[in-house]
This record gives sequence, structure tokens and C-alpha cells, in this order.
Amino acid sequence: MIEKALKGSTGYWVWMLFLLSIMGVGGLCYVQQFNYGLGITGMSRDVTWGVYISQFTFLVGVAAGGLMLVLPYYIHNYKAFGRIVILGEFMAIAAIAMCLMFIIADLGQPMRAMNVLLHPTPHSMLFWDMIVLNGYLVLNVLCGWVVLQSEYKGIKYPKWIKPFIYLSIPWAISIHTVTAFLYCGLPGRHFWLTAILAPRFLASAFAAGPSLLMVIAMILKKTTKFDVGREAQDKLVTIIGYAAMLNFFFLGCEFFVAYYSQIPGHMHTLDYLFWGLGHGDEVYNNLVPFMRASVVMGLAGIALIFVSRAKQSDGLLVVSCLLIFIAFWIDKGLGLVLGGFVPNMLDQVTEYYPSAQELGITAAIWATGFFILSILYKVAISVKLEKEA
Amino acid sequence: MDSKRRDFLKIAGLTAIAGIAAPSAFNSLLKGEAVASEAAAVGAHGAAAPTGKRWGMVIDVKKFTENPGLAEKCVSTCHTVHNVPDFGNKKDEIKWIWVDSFKHVFPDDSSQYKKPEALDSLPILTLCNHCDNPPCVRACPTQATFKSKDGIVGMDYHRCIGCRFCMAACPYGARSFNWRDPRGKDASGQPFIKAENPKFPTRMRGVVEKCNFCTERLAIGQIPACVEVAAQSKALVFGDLNDPNSEISQVLKTTFTIQRKPSAGTHPSLFYII
Repeated sequence: MIEKALKGSTGYWVWMLFLLSIMGVGGLCYVQQFNYGLGITGMSRDVTWGVYISQFTFLVGVAAGGLMLVLPYYIHNYKAFGRIVILGEFMAIAAIAMCLMFIIADLGQPMRAMNVLLHPTPHSMLFWDMIVLNGYLVLNVLCGWVVLQSEYKGIKYPKWIKPFIYLSIPWAISIHTVTAFLYCGLPGRHFWLTAILAPRFLASAFAAGPSLLMVIAMILKKTTKFDVGREAQDKLVTIIGYAAMLNFFFLGCEFFVAYYSQIPGHMHTLDYLFWGLGHGDEVYNNLVPFMRASVVMGLAGIALIFVSRAKQSDGLLVVSCLLIFIAFWIDKGLGLVLGGFVPNMLDQVTEYYPSAQELGITAAIWATGFFILSILYKVAISVKLEKEA
Repeated sequence: MDSKRRDFLKIAGLTAIAGIAAPSAFNSLLKGEAVASEAAAVGAHGAAAPTGKRWGMVIDVKKFTENPGLAEKCVSTCHTVHNVPDFGNKKDEIKWIWVDSFKHVFPDDSSQYKKPEALDSLPILTLCNHCDNPPCVRACPTQATFKSKDGIVGMDYHRCIGCRFCMAACPYGARSFNWRDPRGKDASGQPFIKAENPKFPTRMRGVVEKCNFCTERLAIGQIPACVEVAAQSKALVFGDLNDPNSEISQVLKTTFTIQRKPSAGTHPSLFYII
């Protein structure tokens, strides 16, 4: 089946070479980081996690987003998702692969990563995160591949895979819950210390994951004969729209608690992210334009996605999905992690700017993710089209 | 082995384990209660180790004000003894103990009026609190940071993977990361560790470090380096919180002290006289 990835149009090969070149440049940046240390990044004593960990956090959501396809198809027997569900499972594989790469890129001593297994520590949330992420990776590789292979052979998937598919559903919830627990269990970081962090993560995941999927599905519709179908498209609009609204509802709850209670620690990071934090004689606001853009884009995306369905416009659908995806990427892939470090534990402010090498490594990991995704999608679509022809 | 016999053995085994474990679990619960009340009696804010040494420190800020330069001397001595590198910039900075201002060390103190003007110019020594309930130890995925029976929160530099979860978890900003090689030299050939102390290990790139309450000195009967520097003025009182007759216990009994971020539930081993 994998041989399908080795045959493709010129466009396919140009795309893969483009990804490989980014991976090559980023690889060189990583060699530099490996030799010099993490000091090559923009991180500091005060902002100890940067774009690596924030990308990781966001991508866990993209992986968990696959749930929104698996659940209706396998539990509610929603047949219209028959063609798209495999895209969700394979997207989860690529997203988790990126998560793991971002974690390794962020380690000061990557050669010691296996210490997490050698000295298992159940009271550390990072230990559980390792278990749920790797478990989810295995589950999706297994379920996606077995089901697709059965289709390739022209038979129904074997019965024994069903329990694994069912298991993958609560497991998807667990990956984003445990990832939220990394943050919301830390005393002293008021911005993260909120019980709705896990629900908020899930809401944004269920909007951002399917949004990306929808954009890719529309690209595939244009460039190949693969069409996920109008009904699936329309149903996904509902899912993305409501999940995105829930995310903004949760964000609103955070604003209310902070600004109505007037507890300084609860307001500081929101001040920093959305209005600029006045501190001493200076105002710190390097994330404000991003965070405000995130809110505007997210709300516009929600409005437009329903308009796109009413008008049955694929172009508008792509635009609205991109708006929602980018909005939540800023919210979680930027603001959530970086904001938590401002102000620091001694009420001092250090702003973070990623370095060129750091951005190179980040781009390379994204490119690797898309490389994996392209291979998997190439295989899946070739099989699907072959069977239907 | 037939299944009935195996089931019987399983149940018998479990019962035996439960029989052994239950009373000791019950005892340790009771003990925990006893310790909590005992700790309250000596003025500590939480449960302490029931027996043996339990190290703590009182920082008398008034005495540091009376002896200008003393706090800075404590810092430089500690950093020399422990081979703490100086990179000359804030981004890569590593510090085990430092002098900070009241508003930063006690950021939750919100009394808006009636604050003495001098408060913010006080030299307040800041270091790891060696919490009884340390969030950093809870967060560490490899047990590279751990709490010993004597109350000291230590680090295993050889096990640390450099994930910096402990730095996110510490409510006191007490931890530093080796962003680059501390054993290296700057552009002009100056080593980051000015004069290496061969009695204490240097660290490598990519691991976290922090104050260790001078475990290595306590092990050979010496007091922590900073306490030794401040010995004459008694600005730092170091001792056994479990011993009701120790100097620190006497100070805590007779003097009002404050702790950093008590609402975080970490139960620090450091006490401040402002």
C-alpha cells in the first residue's frame, strides 16, 4: 500500500521537495542548537518555554480534533463521514509526530529523553502526557492503517479493530486534558490556574483540527478527484462553528473571572495579552496585535463559515476555516504558553522574541509533519480513488 | 495449576498484603496528624519530617540593612563555592541566591498605604525555599529534583533532561537553566566560572540548577556558605526546625516572621524578619 506514495504527479514531487528543503534548513539550525545549547533560542530565565512548547500544545489539539470525525462515523454510524474519517486519523498521526518532535527540540538534554521511561514518575503530568501521546499515536496508526488496508483488499475491516477504534475516542479527550493539566496544576501561574483550561483546549481543538482538515479537503477537491462530499462538508461546518463558539464562550468566562474579581494576578496576563501591561515606566505589549487579531479573525470565521454553507461556497468555506485555524493557532500556539510567563514569579516582566534558528527549527518540524501527512494522504486517496474507479 | 487454586492463592496473597499494609497506612496517617500539630507549635507553617534533622532558615532583613554589603557578600560566596557561572547577561543568567526588592520577593503584599518608604530599598536575600510541599518535585518527570527527609530539595544534574517543567512550576523563580555551556569561555577568552572550586562539581549545558542548602557542607558538619558569611551579624539563622531548643526554633517562637506566597500551599522552610 505504501508504494502509492512513490508515484505521483509533478506537483506532488515539487511539494515534497519544497518540504524537504525546509526540513534541511531547519535540520542545520538544529545542529547549531544541539552544539551550542538552548541559549540559541529566544528563551530566557523568565520565559522558559517558547514557540516549541506552544506549537506542541496547539498540535495536541489538532490531533485531538480527529475525534470529531471518528465519533460520528463509528459511534453514530454517520455514513457521510465515510470518506473523510481516514483523513482525520492520518492527520492525528502527523500532528502527534510533530508534538513529539517539538518536545525533543525543547529538551536541554535530548539524549536523556528516555529517562522519563527509566524513572517513571506518576506524580508528574509530563509522564502521563508521554503515555497518552504515544498511545494515541499507536492507536491512530493501527486503526487508520488496518481500516484502509481492508478497503484496499476490498473487504470489511476485521472485528478485532473495533475495540481499538472505540478506545481511541476517550483517548483523544485524554491527550488534550493531560496537556492542559501540564499547565493548570501549577501554583503561582494564575493565567494557567483555571479549571476550564482543559475544556477550553478541547473546544479550540475541535474547531482548529477539523478546520485544517477542511482546508486540505478543499485543496484535494481542486487538485485530485477526491471529494469528501457535500453532506460531510456541511456537517463539519456545524461542528467547527459550534466548537469555535464554545471556545469564545470559555474565553469570555476567563475575562469575567479576572476583571470582575479584580484579583491582580488574574488580570496581569490578560492585560499583557490584550491591552498591554504597564509595569514601572514601560508598557509591555508585544503580543497585543496578535491576540486582538486572533479574536477578530475567530469571530469573523464563525460568521463566515455559516454564510459559506448557506451560499454553498467552497471558496468562502476555505477562507473561514483558515481564519478560525489561524485565530486558534495564535490563541494557543502563541498567547497561552508565552503569556503564562508574564509577569514572572517575582512580578517582573521579560518579553520573548524567538530567534532565527528557533523559527527555522519550528518551520522544519511543521514541514516534517506535512511531509508525513502528504505521504499518508497520498496513500489513502490513491486507495480510495482506485476502489471507486 | 488449576484455576481455583490460583484464585485462592491470589486472594490469600492480597489479604496478606492488605493485612500488613493497612495498620502501617493507618499509623502513618495518625503520625501525619501528630506532626502537623507539633509543627504548628514551633511556628512552622506545615507538616515537617517527624524525626531527625529538618533544616530551615531565618533571614533577618534588618541585620542586612545594618551591615551594608553583607547580602552581596553572601551571594558572591555562594556562587564561588558552587561554581555558578557568570555569563554577563540577563537572558542566560544563573543564580542560586540573589538580592531583590520587597515588592518582587513579596509581590502579593497589597497594603497600598502606610508602607515605610524604605521598604523597597531593603536588601532581601532570595533563594530556593526548600518547600515542604514542593511543586517542582511534583512536576519533574524523572525525579531529577527530589525532596530529602531533612527538608532539602535537591537536584540530580545527571538525570535532568532539561524540560524546564520545574521552572514553570516553582512559584518563587528560584531555578535557573544552563542555556549554554557553563564550562566555556566568552568571546574574549574569559571563563564563565571565574575561579573553579574543585570541591564542587560544575554542571553541563542543558540542565536546571538551584540552591541546594549546601548539602555538601552539611554532610561534613559545616553550615551553609551564606550562613557562615553572615555568622557574625546573625543575619541568617540556620538550623534544625525539629529541635525545639535549636536557635532557629527559639527565634521562630519569639519573633514574627513572614513567608513568601503562603497561599500557594508550598510550606517554605525560609522565614523572613522584615
